[in-house]
Amino acid sequence: MKVNQPMTDVPFIEIEDLYFSRGDLDIFRGINMTILRGKVTAIMGPSGTGKTTLLKLIGGQLTPDQGRILIDGQDVHRLSRKALFALRKRMGMLFQSGALFSDLDVFENVAFPLRVHTDLPDAMIRDLVLLKLQAVGLRGARQLTPAELSGGMARRVALARAVALDPELILYDEPFVGQDPISMGVLVQLIKRLNQALALTSVVVSHDIKETLSIADYLYLIADGQVVAHGTPKTLDTNQDPRVSQFIHGEPDGPVPFHYPAESFYRDILGQASVTRAG
Amino acid sequence: MQSKLKQGTAHIARLGRKGCDAMEALGRAGVFLAQSAVGIPSREGWGLWLKQVHFVGVLSLAIVLVSGLFIGMVLALQGYTILVDFGAEQALGQMVALSLLRELAPVVAALLFAGRAGSALTAEIGLMKATEQLTSMEMIGVDPLRRVVAPRLWAGFVALPILTVGFSVVGIWGGYLVGVEWLGVFEGSYWGNMQASVSFINDIGNGMIKSMVFAVVVTWIAVFQGYDLIPTSEGISRATTRTVVYSSLAVLGLDFVLTAVMFGGL
Repeated sequence: MKVNQPMTDVPFIEIEDLYFSRGDLDIFRGINMTILRGKVTAIMGPSGTGKTTLLKLIGGQLTPDQGRILIDGQDVHRLSRKALFALRKRMGMLFQSGALFSDLDVFENVAFPLRVHTDLPDAMIRDLVLLKLQAVGLRGARQLTPAELSGGMARRVALARAVALDPELILYDEPFVGQDPISMGVLVQLIKRLNQALALTSVVVSHDIKETLSIADYLYLIADGQVVAHGTPKTLDTNQDPRVSQFIHGEPDGPVPFHYPAESFYRDILGQASVTRAG
Repeated sequence: MQSKLKQGTAHIARLGRKGCDAMEALGRAGVFLAQSAVGIPSREGWGLWLKQVHFVGVLSLAIVLVSGLFIGMVLALQGYTILVDFGAEQALGQMVALSLLRELAPVVAALLFAGRAGSALTAEIGLMKATEQLTSMEMIGVDPLRRVVAPRLWAGFVALPILTVGFSVVGIWGGYLVGVEWLGVFEGSYWGNMQASVSFINDIGNGMIKSMVFAVVVTWIAVFQGYDLIPTSEGISRATTRTVVYSSLAVLGLDFVLTAVMFGGL
């Protein structure tokens, strides 16, 4: 399934015929995606479909069994270690847990990419860090350690760190999970605003439908290791495919079963009972 | 009959798989060591390295020195009771110094180092892995092998031999306290016999070589176990235990091999 896109849009990430498995478990079976420059692209799907794995494949932390991923024309998995690290300087990633460095305070966490990748004087690093912290509303929290932050604050600091080097691409791993409604609103705003202000390309992996639909320009829905649908939020909303409508409208049972595969419930319970009685 | 045969082959297959896994882990550990050991020195590498020397070296000083003192004292006490039967208590200094320099200081310091610093290194790196700090560092474009592992590795390489020197010095002084000050061995013969019998190259030199080998092995095991663990709480606890067990066994086994080569005339 090759994605068609308008000729005016420039692809930034191209995923071609991607296969990936863990042990005997096939996670991706031939995925094709095109992520356009300057757009917010959301990758959605039920939990356990390998959305985070896909981000790790894009970031070059995992290697696919087959297929390739091109970022700005470079095949991520054919780059040397050095070239890969150079490419990563152009991307930021927001981890689900924030993944802040626990031995550094908030200020130093945001300053970290600037210190290791630039020769800027301290005064300028300070200004840049404060600008990024101001953007996420945590300029006043600069001296706190990661252990003193709430989950939402940690994620905002991580976001400030992810944009510290003004990357071209940001990968968001489940940015809305476990956030209270206020932090959720703040994050939605931030992702949208950052994307516009910094002309970023954003990839959001999520299963929070409402929030994701409100900021995404384009959506991919993956299930069973394949892309089951893709399109703009509007086209997906009206999609008649039962797998798509089950997910978009949050119906508990449908083509994606509620139950993890198991033997018959009746036999399971009864079998257990007869064993107990015999014992 | 057939099922027994099947079971037997399954056992052999499992043994083979374990062997393959062990070889694969050894290979990974080798590549890991090669990749991270080249990671020093960089522009800011010295600061990171010094911080780690403080963490694994300076903070281990107390336990190493106190142990050294007691081991020297016990050596003198035990040595004296045996030597005095032969009227050879004048050789106490020689005995204490040679035991410490050749064997006890490198081995015991390495064992203490594995317990005090090695386990802490494993747990620290493991927790960084479990909280995705290593992954996020990679995504920022910083190689954790260079930034996190290399300073710790080199700090261990340098710290343990210095701790071993401290262990020997304090141990010999502890032997002096018990032998000379308490049991009344003549001070001149304690130091004189020691000076006459300890060879700088053969005894001190070989002891230091041992200590350097142990430093590499213990630190390597500790950081690799931390980097390679399964990032769960159980994984961290298992890896920390493995660090102490593997490094202790490696130190004792290697000590025998090195002693055989150095002093056994092999």
